[in-house]
Amino acid sequence: MWENFPLLPKRASSFAPEVDALYGFLVGVSLFFIALIFLLITVFAIKYRRRSEAEVPPPVRGSLALEITWIVIPLGIVLVVFGWGAVLYFKMYGPAPKEALEVYVVGKQWMWHIQHPTGQREINELHVPAGRPIKLTMATEDVIHSFYIPDFRVKKDVVPGRYTTLWFEATQPGRYRFFCAEYCGTKHSEMGGWVIVMDPVEYQNWLGSGGASAPTESLAQAGERLFQQLACHTCHREDTQELGPSLRGLFGRSVRLADGRTVVADEAYLRESILNPDAKIVAGFSSPSVMPTYQGQITEEQLLQLVAYLKSLGGEQR
Amino acid sequence: MSTPLVELPRTSRVNYLNVSYGIRSWLFTTDHKRIALLYLASVTLFFFLGGFFAVLIRLELMTPQGDLVQSETYNRLFTMHGVIMIFFFLIPAIPAVLGNFLVPLMIGARDLAFPRLNLLSWYIYTLGGLFTLAATVFGGVDTGWTFYTPYSSTYSNSNVMLTAVGIFITGFSSILTGLNFLVTIHKMRAPGMTWFRLPLFIWAHYATSIIMILGTPVVAIAILLVGLERLFHIGIFDPKLGGDPLLFQHLFWFYSHPAVYIMILPAMGVINELITCFSRRRIFGYSFIAFSSIAIAVLGFLVWGHHMFTSGQSIYAGMVFSVLTMLVAIPSAVKVFNWTATLYKGSVSYQAPMLYALGFIGLFTIGGLTGIFLATLAVDVHVHDTYFVVAHFHYIMVGGTIMAYLGGLHYWWPKMTGKIYPEGWARFAALVIFVGFNLTFFPQFILGYLGMPRRYHVYPEEFQVLNVMSSAGASILGVGYLIPMIYFIWSLRYGPKAPENPWGAKGLEWLVPSPPPPHNFDVTPVVTGEPYDYTPESEEAHAR
Repeated sequence: MWENFPLLPKRASSFAPEVDALYGFLVGVSLFFIALIFLLITVFAIKYRRRSEAEVPPPVRGSLALEITWIVIPLGIVLVVFGWGAVLYFKMYGPAPKEALEVYVVGKQWMWHIQHPTGQREINELHVPAGRPIKLTMATEDVIHSFYIPDFRVKKDVVPGRYTTLWFEATQPGRYRFFCAEYCGTKHSEMGGWVIVMDPVEYQNWLGSGGASAPTESLAQAGERLFQQLACHTCHREDTQELGPSLRGLFGRSVRLADGRTVVADEAYLRESILNPDAKIVAGFSSPSVMPTYQGQITEEQLLQLVAYLKSLGGEQR
Repeated sequence: MSTPLVELPRTSRVNYLNVSYGIRSWLFTTDHKRIALLYLASVTLFFFLGGFFAVLIRLELMTPQGDLVQSETYNRLFTMHGVIMIFFFLIPAIPAVLGNFLVPLMIGARDLAFPRLNLLSWYIYTLGGLFTLAATVFGGVDTGWTFYTPYSSTYSNSNVMLTAVGIFITGFSSILTGLNFLVTIHKMRAPGMTWFRLPLFIWAHYATSIIMILGTPVVAIAILLVGLERLFHIGIFDPKLGGDPLLFQHLFWFYSHPAVYIMILPAMGVINELITCFSRRRIFGYSFIAFSSIAIAVLGFLVWGHHMFTSGQSIYAGMVFSVLTMLVAIPSAVKVFNWTATLYKGSVSYQAPMLYALGFIGLFTIGGLTGIFLATLAVDVHVHDTYFVVAHFHYIMVGGTIMAYLGGLHYWWPKMTGKIYPEGWARFAALVIFVGFNLTFFPQFILGYLGMPRRYHVYPEEFQVLNVMSSAGASILGVGYLIPMIYFIWSLRYGPKAPENPWGAKGLEWLVPSPPPPHNFDVTPVVTGEPYDYTPESEEAHAR
């Protein structure tokens, strides 16, 4: 019977059993308190039902000891739940493991574009190997979307103007639904697809066979081509004629800015610098920047390609 | 011909209903009791309109395909359902109807502090309602009641502006009502009515008024900014112009989370009155209940970020909002335990209002406990924006607020109208509503944990069984809400006349005739004891 009437989704990621354990604890605590309240009310309601219209019960005022008890016990329980939830949340939303495989996701009313670093592109399908952490770097072309894989217990909003990331490790090969969980307009409910978790060997075959679309170039290569097309290389040179800072080995490094601050050159910083070069100018370069903005000139997907190229130029992996 | 100067026999004494007649006497009244009835008519209209949209939504969701209405229409249905129910029913229902009628009566005042401002509040509410109705008539709005940017500010092609103006205007009504209550409670209490002799209904409205005054301007600003962004593209929320979409969420939830307490605190206030009366017992832990209302109002302002755990806000912010949200559970639990303890050794009777009150405790307990699930960071990541959330807030806002509102309406109906409704039907309706409610919303918790996102017009087939259960429950619930409407109207004409104090309740409102005279008290009462003084001595005094 439970086949057709499940109470839990599948547990297909390393987070799933942990989230379910906490959920199970909360269900247990809730059932206990619901049972307690219902039982007390039922017992009192029957035992102390009004027997005659003139009946006046003896007064009971209250009890400080009882009040303190039912403040302290729930407080203790919720603090335990808070701590447990916070530790798990930090694991889920903290940085992905270093060895994670990076995949780029762009949401758009109403589909998901997925780009693998090796160049494969997919729409509304995400192929990943089992048993290896996967890090999604996500952007949106228009409104807020949210990438949600119930069987993995993971979800993260995809917000215009920034990159959000999400990581998970799928544990079992299979097909799992993903959804858009943030209302995004007319076809919001149709903006979903499948995560296809494959055995690592099969995944290698899938990559080799070209999977969704036979890639002619990797993501970084596409980014390099774009870098040339947009003539970025005329300024970002590595000889002494440079008008812009050198980009080799930049990714993940700390960068000193003209205003004295220091920032880490992560995806968000690279993205911002392409779209709004004046925002954070590197120390030693003129302000306002001579670099034109690429806001509106390139798509989120192309941005991700550029970022992938810049990452391929080396630097500290984060 | 001369007119005979014979005084006509007075068939009944003057009360606020028969003191004057005609439509003008209602539209220009400054009597808080009449204004309460004006609100009663308006919120009832909006309730059934919002309910009609809910019925269409549940019909659509009987099948996984979007076969009843188009997705565009579906999105407008759930948005209009949310906007109307929240801004035009749940927020005003208890304060504007029951609060308006009862606050002056309960503290021994002849009216609210600013009677004309009170009438103005109703006109503002009505004007705002007309704008939102106009938006509905012209095709509706499809942003969801949360108006998240940049969808609402840039991408939506629906009547965002008209709806936003409607909500903006209505906000002023809320602010003015809160202001009126605060001044009234501070300045117009009868002699002897000290703060700790106030009925807890008044404490609840006091806390609510604080939220109304401090919170409402923030949502008004947020909505104003969405309007400006739509019209002039000023770049507050649009990242292409240097704005931040998350800023809107912060502004919106800074009001809209406390708004939940605007709905539930007055509901808790009603429950205090019902539980004490029908167990004929002084409330257990009066000061703990009073202060828990204030604690909820204050903490309510510190927890808005728990709507944004998956939004990409800092994980440390998430941690702070999570722990603060957990703290709100404590004053809520204090109330539930004290209500339960009030029954202990009482003299419990099961008149219809008491059934609603017990139903409230049940639904509120489930709604409150599932709130902890959502406050728990890692669990929220999974259930955020799923039907789990839908179920949770319906348990609190619909289960809690409407059960209390209906319970209060039944309790004070004889006072308000001077008529008694049929008790059997009222008990039957309470039962139907309780069963229908649970059948509608409990399956949605399971649906949510299984992963069905909210605001879905089409959904995978595996979710259908639970959706059909929910829709079946909704039809029972719908019938449950119609029954009281029928017998209440019936009672106006055919109901027996109500005595001054049909329940044997305490409180100043029960000392005046039913319905009360235009100025409530011919002689200002003097309060000499605590509220809920259901003691053998006081009964003896009453008998003498």
